[in-house]
Amino acid sequence: MVEREFTHASWAEFLAEGKLMGVRCRACGALSAVPRLVCPACRVEDLEWVELSGRGAVEGFTVIHVPPTPLAAAGYGRDRPYASAVVRLDEGPWITAQLVGVDPQRPESLRVGMRVRAEVVHQGEAVRLGFRPEG
Amino acid sequence: MKRKLGRGVAVVGAGVGKFGAFPRHDSRDLFAQAFRELRASVDRGFDPAEVEALYLGNYSSDLFEHQGHLAPIVASWVGLTPRAALRVEDACASGGVALRQAVLAVASGLYDVVLVGGVERMTALPTEAVTDTLATAGDVLYEFSAGFTFPGFYAAMATAYAAKYGMPYEALFAVARKNHAHGALNDKAQFGMTIRAIMDRRMAKAREKGGPVPSWEDELDFLRDPGANPPVAWPLRLFDCSPITDGAAALLVVAEKVARRYTDRPLRVLGTGQASDACLYGRADLASLRAAREAAAQAYAMAGVTPDQIKLAEVHDCFTIAEVLAIEDLGLFPPGQGWRAAADGATSREGRIPVNTSGGLKAKGHPVGASGVAQVVELWKQMRGEAGPRQVARDVDLALAHNVGGTGQTCVVHILERG
Ligand SMILES: [Zn+2]
Repeated sequence: MVEREFTHASWAEFLAEGKLMGVRCRACGALSAVPRLVCPACRVEDLEWVELSGRGAVEGFTVIHVPPTPLAAAGYGRDRPYASAVVRLDEGPWITAQLVGVDPQRPESLRVGMRVRAEVVHQGEAVRLGFRPEG
Repeated sequence: MKRKLGRGVAVVGAGVGKFGAFPRHDSRDLFAQAFRELRASVDRGFDPAEVEALYLGNYSSDLFEHQGHLAPIVASWVGLTPRAALRVEDACASGGVALRQAVLAVASGLYDVVLVGGVERMTALPTEAVTDTLATAGDVLYEFSAGFTFPGFYAAMATAYAAKYGMPYEALFAVARKNHAHGALNDKAQFGMTIRAIMDRRMAKAREKGGPVPSWEDELDFLRDPGANPPVAWPLRLFDCSPITDGAAALLVVAEKVARRYTDRPLRVLGTGQASDACLYGRADLASLRAAREAAAQAYAMAGVTPDQIKLAEVHDCFTIAEVLAIEDLGLFPPGQGWRAAADGATSREGRIPVNTSGGLKAKGHPVGASGVAQVVELWKQMRGEAGPRQVARDVDLALAHNVGGTGQTCVVHILERG
């Protein structure tokens, strides 16, 4: 499909266009939610971009009260925490992202196994991947 | 395949400086203190002129104190110039990996006498900058940008582990209580206090100031209080996290054939193993570290021993959940059972398998590049019966150190035997 280098810059461009793209190995079918040039499963260098459904389930999560400086600058902190998660996409690969549309003050409302759906989050100039609980 | 070292390697000296916050000490000063203790630890004395190389574990002097190329500076500070000096970096496993590189160099026949160091000076930066620096041990493109911090990574593992095995989060308090109890017996520890003592001190201070005195009934009550023990990365709270620490440690590693020149009681390096793994999003399981299982398998195979023969272990408890994962990954407890070990007393000084008698990274402190080296210093003291008030009663003839880098992208395991 699309001729774009297998780099993070391309992945981020796709995301800004509203697409969550991964790469698939044409030789063995292995899927990765982040771009690579060499298939980590069979080491063949024959990959293609594929659009991912963006649907998945939470594998592990956290609510962060002591943020790194970029998020502290965005107003997060001890009294305004945010949630981040490792998500297993329905196609198989995992990816890390923030959780949106959840209440970080009530971490007990979040669950491992919770169904989520990808969403493009615009934070000022930055474009980030987020996941929102389904239903 | 079962691997062996090319020739025997032994540890014949060990030293560690006081861990804590030392605004007037740079990395070189910290290392020199550890070196002094090491020098005093060598039974028959040792002439630094015999050292052929320095392998220095250090995660990020560049970011922590704006100093690159640290190893030659440290070498010159303790009089080793013009010997080879190199810095070894594998995040928080830098120290353990420096030891492994030194062991490999001696086993190869290249050197007979090598100094292994580990050092990190972390407290010169504000907490947010330390958080950023540690987070770069993960994937900056896909994890840092997703808001993950270092405690956050382990918090995600804790939720995954709890969901898989039914662990209540409060079970992690027992790990912190146990390691603080051990740390209270270690005069080098950053937090040489039990959690009970910390709690009592806070109450006394409140009383002094004439303010409202918190009415904690016991340690559990104290640890449950979000005021006293606030969330850092839920479900991990302040007392689940190792502190920000300055410190250094050193080991003298020699060819076994020259060990008796230094001591009649050397420790033999029986097994060494190291493995790598993808970042969190490239894993198949968050409730175990594959690199740790792989490194342990290598070390056990080389040593020709099984986990039930290990008498004592220093494991990488950068967070309380990390100790739970470690004791399972090392085969000391079955999968899903490690969370009960601290509460049952199995991992205490008097338990079946004492874990982190030094206080661990949790109470002793975690100067990241030094931690892996300091673990082996603790094994040295315990195996030689020189651990003072925290000396375990049992005879420790076989012990293990487990050092993790990042979120488990690196793990290195060493097994030592008393010669
Ligand atoms: Zn492939």
